[in-house]
Amino acid sequence: MTTTAQPVARKTRHRVKVSRIVFGVIAIILALIWVFPVYWMLSSSLLPNVILTSSTPRFFPWGGSLDNYKAVMQGGTFLKALWMSLQVTLLSVVVAILFAFLAALAISRFKFRGRKGFVLAILFIQMLPAEGLFIAQYKMMSSVHLLNTVIGVSILYIAAVVPFTIWMLRGFVAGIPAELEESAQVDGCTPAGAFFRITFPLLAPGLVASGVYAFLQAWNEFTIALVILQREDMRTLPLWLRTFITASQARETDWGAVMAASTLVAIPVIIFFLLVQGRLTSGLVAGAVKG
Amino acid sequence: MASAHSDVTTIHVGGAAAPPVARRRKVRLAPYLLILPAIIMLLLAMGYPLGWQIWASFMKFGLKQQFGAPPDFVGLANYVTIFTDSTVWGVVGRSLLFCIVNAVLTVVIGVALALLMNAVNKAIRLILQIALLLAWAMPVVAAMTVWIWLFDWRRGVINYVLTSMGFNFSNYVWLGTAMGLYFVATVVVVWMSVPFVAFSIYAGLTQVSEEVMEAASLDGATSFKRFTSIIVPMIRPVLMIVALLQIIWDLRVFTQIRMLQDSQMPLDSDLLGTYIYRLGVSSGDFSMASALSIFVLILTIVFSIAYVLQLVKEDS
Repeated sequence: MTTTAQPVARKTRHRVKVSRIVFGVIAIILALIWVFPVYWMLSSSLLPNVILTSSTPRFFPWGGSLDNYKAVMQGGTFLKALWMSLQVTLLSVVVAILFAFLAALAISRFKFRGRKGFVLAILFIQMLPAEGLFIAQYKMMSSVHLLNTVIGVSILYIAAVVPFTIWMLRGFVAGIPAELEESAQVDGCTPAGAFFRITFPLLAPGLVASGVYAFLQAWNEFTIALVILQREDMRTLPLWLRTFITASQARETDWGAVMAASTLVAIPVIIFFLLVQGRLTSGLVAGAVKG
Repeated sequence: MASAHSDVTTIHVGGAAAPPVARRRKVRLAPYLLILPAIIMLLLAMGYPLGWQIWASFMKFGLKQQFGAPPDFVGLANYVTIFTDSTVWGVVGRSLLFCIVNAVLTVVIGVALALLMNAVNKAIRLILQIALLLAWAMPVVAAMTVWIWLFDWRRGVINYVLTSMGFNFSNYVWLGTAMGLYFVATVVVVWMSVPFVAFSIYAGLTQVSEEVMEAASLDGATSFKRFTSIIVPMIRPVLMIVALLQIIWDLRVFTQIRMLQDSQMPLDSDLLGTYIYRLGVSSGDFSMASALSIFVLILTIVFSIAYVLQLVKEDS
């Protein structure tokens, strides 16, 4: 029995080893393919246009400089768009997190009639695409004169991120046992005091994670911004970035500048995303991150 | 809907007015006050537009209405147009096809990458994961500019690489035809969406126990057999949800198509999102734009039901 089993085992082990190497090589090739566009953005952003438009592409940014970044920054429109994006994002994140936090408290700490209907409504609303509502939202904003305003676009962003943020925070609030608060009250805390001293600090990671989620959504959003912010001086960063492409219809594109601009928009997003991705991937609820 | 519930309950509770109930009433009101801001926000930014859109989809906006006349009621005529007008139906058909092709490609490649992550050693897995994460983290608009640059007809790397491999792609204009545009859009959408699928499925795969797999292979199961009869059933719930989300997301694709149209704008390249935008914002045909939007929303809800029910189960 053992004599026949042994060579078979050795053979499979050998085959496993070979296939491991093959799979390893394939994995590295795929990793290179997936990372290449990101690398190409960085590399092109460092090179002058003379090199970028030569007939053979330069695959490494030898002789690169930060000139493209300087040109983009000095253009003046970047800082304006950055300021616009900061206002919209900040307003959306703060209000959305506040409202979502209150609602998350309600559905994870209270049993009330209509709770199930509320949860169900939120989950469905969360799935609704901006592309299915933006014409009516545009009409509404135009009738109340909120087109081309920070408030107008922020209201739509808040409503877009609140449902998923409620759902996300609900998990965090539910994870903190209510007994902790109760025992603090037994020890003489007021209900509010117990909440702010015990539950609130424990919630911090949840608030940060959902805040980052809301940030990513508002910072990257394109569709609603395109409809609501049509005036040139009210553009957020994604709209500003797009103008580099539309301008190229008229003249030769300055790809170095486009890539520098893209890098400037992408870097904060990549940093924040990497910070929270573990939480976003664990549990499929994270799905909605794609926007 | 939720707010209607809350009104009913507050009235109901308020009806009982004995002193010991007063405190109970305060406690009872708290959850409704807590969800109120969120509900107001949603009604304002989504409820009202949704109601308006349903109303507008039964109307006809013409030249008269631009001078202030109320729109005419036309019943289901706009919805009939979706299925009878060849232009509109063409857009719907293309969108559905684009959605299915992209969702299938994304899920298949995502599952393959997840299996690959499972099959390689830790260091290589980490390299692959970092590459996927970077692609996932890229903002859509930034990703689009890079891909447009990569596919640029004059100096794009893709034409250069294909030409140097022996195919004649020099000065090939990818974005000049609708098919070319869809091809580029598919490449970008798949590139962006695969990481989410790969990570989700990989998380599911790590739940499959080593012992079961080993036992199966000792019993003579081929790797294909092990995949179909052990791995697939184990990751089935995750797989279903991920596939569903891909379908929903790919149906509403807008940014990618819109940005690709920016550089060349071939005729007839519109999908649902860009077509609704063109109708509503550029042509002022609000009734048709609304009817198509409602159509998209209904499709989305139909696809979402399974996913939402899964989440509700998790809640209780």
